[in-house]
Amino acid sequence: MLEIKGLTAEVDGKPILKGVDLIVPQGEVHAIMGPNGSGKSTLAYVLSGRDGYEVTGGTALLHGQDLLAMEPEERAAAGVFLAFQYPVELPGVGNATFLRTALNAIRRAKGESEFDAMQFLKLARERMKALSMNDEMLKRGVNVGFSGGEKKRNEILQMALLQPKLAILDETDSGLDIDALKIVADGVNAMRGPDFSALVITHYQRLLDYIVPDRVHVLMGGRIVRSGGPELAKELEAQGYGAIQAAA
Amino acid sequence: MPAVTETIETVQAVTDSTYKWGFETDIEMEFAPKGLSEDIVRFISAKKEEPAWLLEWRLRAFAAWQKMEEPRWPSVKYPPIDYQDAYYYAAPKQKVGPKSLDEVDPELLRTYAKLGIPLREQAILAGVEGAGESPAEGRMPIAIDAVFDSVSVATTFKDRLAKDGIIFCPISEAVKTHPELVRKYLGSVVPQGDNFFAALNSAVFTDGSFVYIPKGVRCPMELSTYFRINAKSTGQFERTLVIADAGSHVSYLEGCTAPMRDENQLHAAVVELVAMDDATIKYSTVQNWYPGDAEGKGGIYNFVTKRGACRGARSKISWTQVETGSAITWKYPSCILQGEDSVGEFYSVAITNNYQQADTGTKMFHIGPRTKSTIISKGISAGHGQNTYRGLVRIGAKATGARNFTQCDSLLIGDLCGAHTVPYIENRCMTAKVEHEATTSRIAEDQLFYCRQRGLSQEDAVGLIVNGFCREVLKELPMEFAVEAQKLLQISLEGSVG
Repeated sequence: MLEIKGLTAEVDGKPILKGVDLIVPQGEVHAIMGPNGSGKSTLAYVLSGRDGYEVTGGTALLHGQDLLAMEPEERAAAGVFLAFQYPVELPGVGNATFLRTALNAIRRAKGESEFDAMQFLKLARERMKALSMNDEMLKRGVNVGFSGGEKKRNEILQMALLQPKLAILDETDSGLDIDALKIVADGVNAMRGPDFSALVITHYQRLLDYIVPDRVHVLMGGRIVRSGGPELAKELEAQGYGAIQAAA
Repeated sequence: MPAVTETIETVQAVTDSTYKWGFETDIEMEFAPKGLSEDIVRFISAKKEEPAWLLEWRLRAFAAWQKMEEPRWPSVKYPPIDYQDAYYYAAPKQKVGPKSLDEVDPELLRTYAKLGIPLREQAILAGVEGAGESPAEGRMPIAIDAVFDSVSVATTFKDRLAKDGIIFCPISEAVKTHPELVRKYLGSVVPQGDNFFAALNSAVFTDGSFVYIPKGVRCPMELSTYFRINAKSTGQFERTLVIADAGSHVSYLEGCTAPMRDENQLHAAVVELVAMDDATIKYSTVQNWYPGDAEGKGGIYNFVTKRGACRGARSKISWTQVETGSAITWKYPSCILQGEDSVGEFYSVAITNNYQQADTGTKMFHIGPRTKSTIISKGISAGHGQNTYRGLVRIGAKATGARNFTQCDSLLIGDLCGAHTVPYIENRCMTAKVEHEATTSRIAEDQLFYCRQRGLSQEDAVGLIVNGFCREVLKELPMEFAVEAQKLLQISLEGSVG
């Protein structure tokens, strides 16, 4: 379970999150929607521990563990996974090397045995098949020369390999065509279960047709201003954020 | 590249010591008196029981050196070196040269064991039949010449190599056993008066490796020399000579370490390579001399002259270097591309962390027609490190259709370090084609965060990104060296971030 209470944060001295309260019970998928500049990506970065995102108050616990006190890699080991809006290129670093290094770092942190190259390849191929991905992607540099869709699928592959407890998907749907969107959604849906929760950050209703959330929250002006069931997303799509702003 | 994972494991294993080769071996040594004079040159020559021609040769070098001045053009700063305050000869005490590892001081063997040098090949020398012919666990055997301060202490696989007519022995031995070859080629690529440090080396060199590959022979294993400076206040001046006769092929590896000491120590080596028609020499170096401490105290001054001559048509010389150690590195492995269609290559990774300084690069002299050269240089600066690529591509009037491609990439870690690129291009031929590309970049915050979000520690993330940056060079190294080099890169950068 993810419990966020009174979370405030600033970037370059400018307050962005102004008291976020949010609970995501174990096994649930919640959507965070909101207009540009409402603090959606900031929330994702604050939860994953990026430098430059200064927490000024509040708490964020994952299964009772204080996330905000941990280094980014410790949060990853604790089960936090961020699917990046703009996945980063690592020139010269083979995708297979990167994925295996990450997998083994997390397995080591959990006290599990590391995967050798053969075990890793077997696992990676299995997961890639499930995601309709080509083996070829393992041989290329991390995200180097990947199309927008390939980058996002690579993020989903990493999630499938690392098996996080909490996945934060930061506008994973942006720039995806409908086929890629389905693959990404299938990847997330395949993870769903009692030990997995997710925060799906998105601008549009479209992704939520494929990943049907348990709850939808609207983030505006650095606060959750409204929460509801999946129907809230449809209402937003129909009426826009303006209506909510007026009501709030 | 599964080796990256090993890199991380290794780093975790050595978190308490950044320079694990910093031990000193307590061994009985014999020194020449401190200082440099004609008498010392004579002393060394006498110690080595050298023929008169070589003593003459040394004395000419010494005379030239006395008239020369230390080069001031490199972008490195260091206090004046007192050449009279060093020992020019230090040797483990031994009555006669060892015939086999059994005769070598066990303390010395323990040193090499600590360095991880597979002198376990001693099993072969000790008479374990067949061990040399069938590579154990899929690993190719490597023949090794180990040089400890001023002398070569052990050479393995000599007999196996001799079957193919290959000569691999200490150069001091080659002077006695193959004087005609040594006399013909010594100084033929790097003359005694070539430069200040080469002249110094020519006067006082004590040992090094000698390799001769006969016509048409493909050397069946990697040849390797490990250099170790051990004694205090001692300069190491090794001299390596590799000759690849027509149609032959050899891959040669060189590794270097030294104990941690407060004072700086001088290292001035000369390496000469000669490749005849259709011959190939691949020369790989992993240089890990003691770099000095985090405050810039101590470390090796590494002033090295390396040059290869592609004398024959279609010959090829390829230099690959991974330079992680030394307080100062001054080194320009070069190729003289004389034979038509000959090929020169230079692949380099140079790291400077803390207060290390490196001024390194290459020179490619295109003389023959259709000669080709490739230069790939990766400089990494961290801490207060200063890293300069300095290179010359000279294309002569007769080098019709010559081609050069140069790529110099610099990576900066932190904001106190520096990267400099000084390329010289001189072209006297209308039909030649010269390309130069250069980039300078930083390890971006988003790259580090991306890796850390996936569970990698900051240092592992830096190691991964740096290894990726150097990939084009590392892939040129023989497999075992590549793994070692990756570990070294990461260890060298410990503490450079955060």
